[in-house]
Amino acid sequence: MAAVMRFVKRSCFGSRMGLQCLSLSRSAAVAQLVQDGASAGKTLPERVKIVEVGPRDGLQNEKTVVPSEVKIHLIDMLSEAGLSVIEATSFVSPKWVPQMADQVEVMMGIHRRPGVSYPVLTPNLKGFLAAVNAGAAEVAIFGAASELFSKKNINCSVDESLQRFEVVTKAAKEAGVPVRGYVSCVLGCPYEGKVSPDKVAQVAKRLYSMGCYEISLGDTIGVGTPGGMTEMLQAVSREVPVNALAVHCHDTYGQALANILIALQMGISVVDSSVAGLGGCPYAQGASGNVATEDVVYMLHGLGIQTGVDLPKLMDAGAFICRSLNKKTSSKVAQATCKL
Amino acid sequence: MGNVPTSVKHCLSYEQLIQDYPWLGSRLQEEKCTLTREYPEYVKMIEVGPRDGLQNEKEMVPTRVKIQLINMLSETGLPVIEATSFVSSKWVPQMADHTEVLQAIHRSSHARYPVLTPNMHGFQDAVAAGATEVAVFGSASETFSQKNINCSIDASMLRFEEVICTAKQQQIPVRGYVSCALGCPYEGPIEPTKVAEVVKRLYELGCYEVSLGDTIGVGTPGSMAKMLHYVMKEVPSSALAVHCHNTYGQALANILTALQMGICAVDSSVAGLGGCPYSQGASGNVSTEDVLYMLHVMGIKTGVDLSKVIEAGDFICKALNRKTNSKVAQARSKSS
Repeated sequence: MAAVMRFVKRSCFGSRMGLQCLSLSRSAAVAQLVQDGASAGKTLPERVKIVEVGPRDGLQNEKTVVPSEVKIHLIDMLSEAGLSVIEATSFVSPKWVPQMADQVEVMMGIHRRPGVSYPVLTPNLKGFLAAVNAGAAEVAIFGAASELFSKKNINCSVDESLQRFEVVTKAAKEAGVPVRGYVSCVLGCPYEGKVSPDKVAQVAKRLYSMGCYEISLGDTIGVGTPGGMTEMLQAVSREVPVNALAVHCHDTYGQALANILIALQMGISVVDSSVAGLGGCPYAQGASGNVATEDVVYMLHGLGIQTGVDLPKLMDAGAFICRSLNKKTSSKVAQATCKL
Repeated sequence: MGNVPTSVKHCLSYEQLIQDYPWLGSRLQEEKCTLTREYPEYVKMIEVGPRDGLQNEKEMVPTRVKIQLINMLSETGLPVIEATSFVSSKWVPQMADHTEVLQAIHRSSHARYPVLTPNMHGFQDAVAAGATEVAVFGSASETFSQKNINCSIDASMLRFEEVICTAKQQQIPVRGYVSCALGCPYEGPIEPTKVAEVVKRLYELGCYEVSLGDTIGVGTPGSMAKMLHYVMKEVPSSALAVHCHNTYGQALANILTALQMGICAVDSSVAGLGGCPYSQGASGNVSTEDVLYMLHVMGIKTGVDLSKVIEAGDFICKALNRKTNSKVAQARSKSS
């Protein structure tokens, strides 16, 4: 079978093998076999959209404030890496999230690549108006499937939060601005423990009915496993079409890629992830959080699934932000390729 | 940043959840039934930390530490614990204390303690030291075979045939390993048909089980499924196991794929001991704790106590003065 060998200039022996094995596996003939076999009888999507949340969800968790020029450069590098959705910043009050206080500067400073979308978080109408003023062309709202989490996180019940969001989605509709919805705690809550899949489905359905074009289902504390993911997606996909769903898996217990694989097998074709696995788990200090985009892309490419992402360029962006933050990457793929 | 209540522990332990909320039992029973249609009800865990894990350590691990680790692992319910390796101490100095380890460990009646035996000399030493199960290590890559054990695949099979025949006469079961099943550090991708050929040879020679090793961790669910598809044409799934490395973070997804295809034996290493010798600083073996977490929360039985494995992992990490590679252990230690 014909294949294009891409030799990546990395010093590590094993790393070249990883990327070589990936390149060969992407040839058309193999891709077909892989599609048939990989899912053990289940069809996988041909293409997956990656939603890069590193600059927002990732950096938001950093204790020291990251300079605006670093954030801007990161986003620009991610744009060059072929990502089509990059969550740029958050229009929440700097009183609550000081890390995102430079929201306007970041929005104005990034180089917006054509065809790439840069959604921003807007928890309420005030944030929405500020976002649009700063040039935002897409926004996101954040609900929860757990009452306790909603109270502790945004100081109101799930119902109250949805009413708040409805104001935002109405305004967004009038302004022609698409809205993405998030549901947190879909596979477990740090306060309530197990979360009912029906509750998740209810919240997802409301966000979708309000006008969110896509609902991202977040395993906020990373406790989910393929069993829980299956059950939850079965419940949610009865209420929201599967092509309007995304998964946002945390890797706190190492389960993220397995959970993402299950989601793909169930027809999901949008995956959130964070470059270098930026963003710890605020509920388990020192534990990891977001799944690393590099590791997700590695798996998808190995499955013959297209993403449009240039993995070496993505790794460069990861290396840049880790150097700037003076921390080690959480991406296994990046670790396997780092110079020592 | 604040205590995580016991409610989170319910997410971690299916057994704990049922104990605390008996009324959930029947509801969750439905969930388990849905799941077990697709997955095995039971997965056999093969713990390779004391051998495959410790073998990669640069500093010599004291014999008493190895013995204590194995004893702690025996208390967890793990059914198979690879204890040591009877290779020449010239090649693997870390395993020079093989006889002492094998003779000193407390053997649980519920567990088996296979040891590696690359040739007749090693096999005889192993039996003399009290081994009741052995393992042989083949490769699906010619170059890897040459570089690793200094002979071709064919020549290695002749060597193993001798060991397996003798073992059979003494009623000692033999487990086979095939390395580079999803990629080779020298040759790159390996044809699944070649893997199937080598697996078949080991099985026909008399290995009761063959463990398929993703030696450099480059495999993904795609290549895993394809490889298993070809291997399972030659050898029944009940005689196969997967040995996934987590060098590229793909191990659990690959294991999940294997389970979906009917494999029900998984190799792993406590605390993810054992780096990747081909990619300095990169991780290697998948952590037993992380595999157990996935299986248990999915409702798949293993007979293993996850908390006790975490304790064994804590012990060996302290002894080696290093952090665990297990995400579950990291999360548990930071949240309690």
